Amino acid sequence: MKGKELVHRLIQMLITLFGVSLLTFSLMYLSPGDPVEMLLEVADTIVSEETIAETRAQLGLDKPFHVQYFRWLAGVLQGDMGMSYSAKMPVADRLWQSLPGTMVLAASATVTMLLISVPCGILSAVYRNRPLDYLIRGISFLGVSMPSFWVGLILLYVLGLKLRLFPIAGGEVSFDRMILPTLTLSIAMAAKYTRQVRTAVLEELGQEYITGARIRGFPMHKILWRHVLPNACLPLITLLGLQIGWLLGGVAVIEMVFSWPGLGKMAVHAIEMRDYPLVQGFVLWIAVLYMGINLLVDISYTYLDPRLKKGGC
Amino acid sequence: MGKLIKDKFLFWLYTFFVLLILGFAIFAPWLAPYDPYDAVMRQSLQAPSDGHLFGTDKLGRDCLSRIIYGARTSLMMTLSLVAVITVVGTFIGVLAGYMGGKIDTVLMRIVDMMLAFPGIVLAIAIAGMLGGNIVNAILALAAVSWTKYARLGRSLTLKLRQRDFIAAAVTSGSRPLHILWRHILPNILPTIVVTAAMDIGTMIMELAGLSFLGFGAQPPTPEWGLMLNEGRQHIQTAPWLMLYPGAAILIVVTIFNLWGDSLRDIMDPQRVN
Repeated sequence: MKGKELVHRLIQMLITLFGVSLLTFSLMYLSPGDPVEMLLEVADTIVSEETIAETRAQLGLDKPFHVQYFRWLAGVLQGDMGMSYSAKMPVADRLWQSLPGTMVLAASATVTMLLISVPCGILSAVYRNRPLDYLIRGISFLGVSMPSFWVGLILLYVLGLKLRLFPIAGGEVSFDRMILPTLTLSIAMAAKYTRQVRTAVLEELGQEYITGARIRGFPMHKILWRHVLPNACLPLITLLGLQIGWLLGGVAVIEMVFSWPGLGKMAVHAIEMRDYPLVQGFVLWIAVLYMGINLLVDISYTYLDPRLKKGGC
Repeated sequence: MGKLIKDKFLFWLYTFFVLLILGFAIFAPWLAPYDPYDAVMRQSLQAPSDGHLFGTDKLGRDCLSRIIYGARTSLMMTLSLVAVITVVGTFIGVLAGYMGGKIDTVLMRIVDMMLAFPGIVLAIAIAGMLGGNIVNAILALAAVSWTKYARLGRSLTLKLRQRDFIAAAVTSGSRPLHILWRHILPNILPTIVVTAAMDIGTMIMELAGLSFLGFGAQPPTPEWGLMLNEGRQHIQTAPWLMLYPGAAILIVVTIFNLWGDSLRDIMDPQRVN
């Protein structure tokens, strides 16, 4: 990717962020719940009309929509995402608190997913239409049809409660507490990715140069390592970027199942509490993460695909 | 030739199962052994037995009956969602593709924007903010899922526009709406329908996911995602509460996925596996 393209991409990302933030902001403006009441309810006191009006003015919620939006936007551009109503701390701090939990979980789930799906996908492609292929395809088909939160509950019940292999209650980030949520997320992702690996490898195996190599008597494992995998790699990296988009949403549900202290659990609570600044910050944060990852994927192409490195296209 | 016959057989087999599920949903009042809302506190959290095949929940309601009624809720939600995104998305896509110019640019910018963002995250935020109920969950998922159909409708329309019969229709003075309705739509419909059929399974799961988080169906509605959420609190004492609703989702989603794939296979026989 050249400099000019990169600038173009970054501008496009900014426009998307602007649009997404405008969309969520208008939704919150239109939504029926009243954050002021939720906020004062937490304090557990009987509040007068004046206090409500006062708090509303303090938070700037009595202003018209565009004033509220531009005030928020101006803050964000200066690095200030506002105060979280429910956590009583700056939104940015609250996000930083929850970020490590989600990042660790997402990273370990992605690695586990690759460890499962790459070998399975290759085996499935190499042994196409043989029992092993049918077995792998059958399992991955079932995996695609299983809701991840249910898989999580089953794992929790069998491995956590019955066999007592892992601690069940979450609450803190630690290795043994991470195994079950990692497994749950990677099962759901691996089911999809195995099929994609299979397709990519099959496509490469169908090329004529592979037939040529086999006729000349190269052993299969050598062909796979030297030719098939490097070539199948490129489309798979793009698909991995898309999988991470799913992961960022799926992680919210799984964090709820396992009480894992991450961004997803934080967001669900923030939505329940009508903590608008925090939800707004969360959506923006996820958008930046997702688009950043996909930008990295595209940049990595330049290095992985020699055709692009020469600047030929 | 043999493959097509096999594909057709599979398609009708899966159609039979799909009809079976629809039958469960439609005839729920006659099939369910109990009233799904009927709380009998003295029989709360009973393990599966002859009287209650799938046991009872915290309020003593019969789980089997709630799962059968849950098919109604899930299918009604999913089918309306798929109908909305198919119609709206295709309409916007065809319009953009046929009109071209500024309309096309603006609409496709919006689509690009939506695709550059993980949809389910936005759907969770939208559904939660609008307030958890069935209609809002459908709206939230519709808001992030229509883009796929807009893309598809647009690219199909662009391909068709090059064809001679469209040029003939234009030269013979047909009005644009007539061309869209009589010439474009019938030609793109099969692809759109197949895509929609293959989407049903995913949508069932995403709607159940929203309900599981508390941003979809609300108690006391019998809905599988919500039942899983309620069952989660009793995982230690009453595991059947989370086992059966999840199994129901798994079975129904599997059948719809198989049906969608087999529909694609018979509509597009040249396509190799």
